[in-house]
Amino acid sequence: MDFVIRGGHVIDPASGLDAPRDVAVAEGKILAVEPSIDPGSAPVVDASGLWVLPGLIDIHVHLREPGQEYKEDVVSGTRAAAAGGFTAVAAMPNTRPVNDNAEVTRYILEKAHRGGVCRVYPVGAISKGLRGEDLAEIGELAEAGCVAVTDDGHPVSSSLLMRRALEYASAFGVVVVSHCEDLDLARGGAMNEGLASAYLGLPAIPAEAEEIQVARDLLLARRTGGRLHLAHLSTRGSMKLLRYAKRMGLPVTGETAPHYFTLTEDAVRSFDTHAKMNPPLREIADVEAVQKALRRGVVDAVATDHAPHAPDEKEVEFEAAPNGVIGLETSLGVTLRLVHHGLLDRVRAVAALTWGPARALGLPGGTLAPGGPADITLVDPEARWTVDPAAFFSKARNCPFAGMDLRGRAVGTIVGGRTVYWNGRILAENLETAERLPT
Amino acid sequence: MEFQRKDLVAIEPLAPEEIVHILDTAEGFLEVSRREVKKVPALRGKTVVNGFFEPSTRTRLSFEIAEKRLSADTVNFSASTSSVKKGETLLDTVRNIEAMVPDAVVIRHGAAGAAEFVARRLGCSVINAGDGRHEHPTQALLDLFTIRRRKGRIEGLTVTIVGDIANSRVARSNIHALTKLGARVRVCGPPTMLPPQVERMGVEAYTRVAEAVAGADVVMALRIQKERLGRAVFPSDREYARVFGLNSRVLEGAAADAIVMHPGPMNRGVEITSELADGPRSVILEQVEHGVAVRMAVLYLLLGGGRSEWTS
Repeated sequence: MDFVIRGGHVIDPASGLDAPRDVAVAEGKILAVEPSIDPGSAPVVDASGLWVLPGLIDIHVHLREPGQEYKEDVVSGTRAAAAGGFTAVAAMPNTRPVNDNAEVTRYILEKAHRGGVCRVYPVGAISKGLRGEDLAEIGELAEAGCVAVTDDGHPVSSSLLMRRALEYASAFGVVVVSHCEDLDLARGGAMNEGLASAYLGLPAIPAEAEEIQVARDLLLARRTGGRLHLAHLSTRGSMKLLRYAKRMGLPVTGETAPHYFTLTEDAVRSFDTHAKMNPPLREIADVEAVQKALRRGVVDAVATDHAPHAPDEKEVEFEAAPNGVIGLETSLGVTLRLVHHGLLDRVRAVAALTWGPARALGLPGGTLAPGGPADITLVDPEARWTVDPAAFFSKARNCPFAGMDLRGRAVGTIVGGRTVYWNGRILAENLETAERLPT
Repeated sequence: MEFQRKDLVAIEPLAPEEIVHILDTAEGFLEVSRREVKKVPALRGKTVVNGFFEPSTRTRLSFEIAEKRLSADTVNFSASTSSVKKGETLLDTVRNIEAMVPDAVVIRHGAAGAAEFVARRLGCSVINAGDGRHEHPTQALLDLFTIRRRKGRIEGLTVTIVGDIANSRVARSNIHALTKLGARVRVCGPPTMLPPQVERMGVEAYTRVAEAVAGADVVMALRIQKERLGRAVFPSDREYARVFGLNSRVLEGAAADAIVMHPGPMNRGVEITSELADGPRSVILEQVEHGVAVRMAVLYLLLGGGRSEWTS
């Protein structure tokens, strides 16, 4: 036995467990989850008062490497992830160069191997150069280690190309992740179309720009049988469409982001570029619909769409500011806010951060089932803290939750039986050099 | 009443009393412009920078005249002559302006929120001379000033605004100002030119001009801003003029003493006929004259111009 986590409260949605349990780890894997485990001579982690969760997984992260290391890189991004309780992240392909070929995939994996403190799952491009014209070499991408493909940041505007992607990717067991946006309808929009945009006079994006493509992609998934995952869903209409598709038995999953179930379009009323992202923050009815979809398990995953930008890139006129907010270090706390407010059952909340995302992209982990990797997150559900972007491990500060009082935060992050984060400190240079337990 | 604000970036945050105070102050300055020596020393020694990042003729001229009549030192720069063209960011431009220690910056910019962006970062006063499609507060103030002088009040009047409401900063500022002072505001245009949920801004929405104008005390035409429209939201100038244009026939349904306004510059024969624009109901040139007085009042109030005896 490597060590035993004793006295904690295990929440493992995959096995329906929500009870006090000890967890034994051996050779980097979960050995046992039992009411009481005698550690013998093995070291013990005292987890009394803590939740013991499967390692959190964020399936929508922009690590910005290669190409935009001034915004974020694999080292800083995975540190931010580990500090937020994440043991694995999926890295989006809109890097420079684009991850549309095996060379770039291998580069990212090599960077992660050398300097990453959580697992990094590269996601390849659907189309060469994200141009939405020709399919990328999805077979080679899959072979090199990509777990999914997406043109995220851009929609696949061509219905034919989307159909081909769903068909072709299925041969390699790769999920197609869709950024749903009808560019013609959304064109030039900088915020949600609603009352706030009427006041601000900013060009706006209607909810239908997202929903039209959600509907299209669901129909294409029905036609092709291809595995479709819908990224960053933000509207009540998208929630309805996803629910309908699942009832029809379509092979589809969907994610939303913490800002979509927490903030409304009013957050941009002061022209705050830190609340600018795509899709944009919507109306209160959308926020409530996303919360409801989480409660019902319609949405499979909470994913941050962590999108780092340098401060001077965001300190410009609203329309000129790039889209995107960071989220790795706030996702857990903001999700638990729903739990503390009685809006979401804690098992569902944990599921949306672990088992749900693992299943959505077919990743290992997401559960504490014996035999699986010992990816474990220890959470103090009562820890009160105030979001202070200056204290982030991320290079970026473009966080829409600055100043928010949260309850609940990761205190320990264990990847493959090795502790990478403990009580505010990153403990390792990479996964290989990490020690089993903090010393 | 003392005017406490550092900036005038929008009408939306103003209290009704603040708007009234600006209008009252402008009354005094109207007289200054009619003197033989059109100058008071109220802002002597103050430096005002007019930063026009977007083309403007009349607003810039109006501000400049207002500043000079208050004896301020004025400096102008426009996008075409400034380093903006060389790719300097707004933030850097602002920092450079700040280093020269002006007392006020008047800013016209194509991006909504630009005036607020600048106001938050500058210690001096900032006046919004139009930011994208967001607001144009001094235009609304001069419009209210004109209405009040003609009608003796704002409260209880029915004001109809016709045109591209969604893309108009003039409409937005006027909607805020008029509703705050108790006017009943109707907006009218093709549905493609009305912002979503516009009624929640406290106005009544119409798509038929005759209905919108019926019984109105004030009818305001907006400029069709082709440069902002992107892809066309109406089929042709001809159809627009025929269906949504203001002419003397449409105005027959308005109140007998209804006035006709336009913020300029006009597309004659499109949103308004020449007959109406140059006719007895038109107060369009009064609006221009009042613009100087209102801008003098705003500058004076923001810069704490000292004793009010200059205006009496």
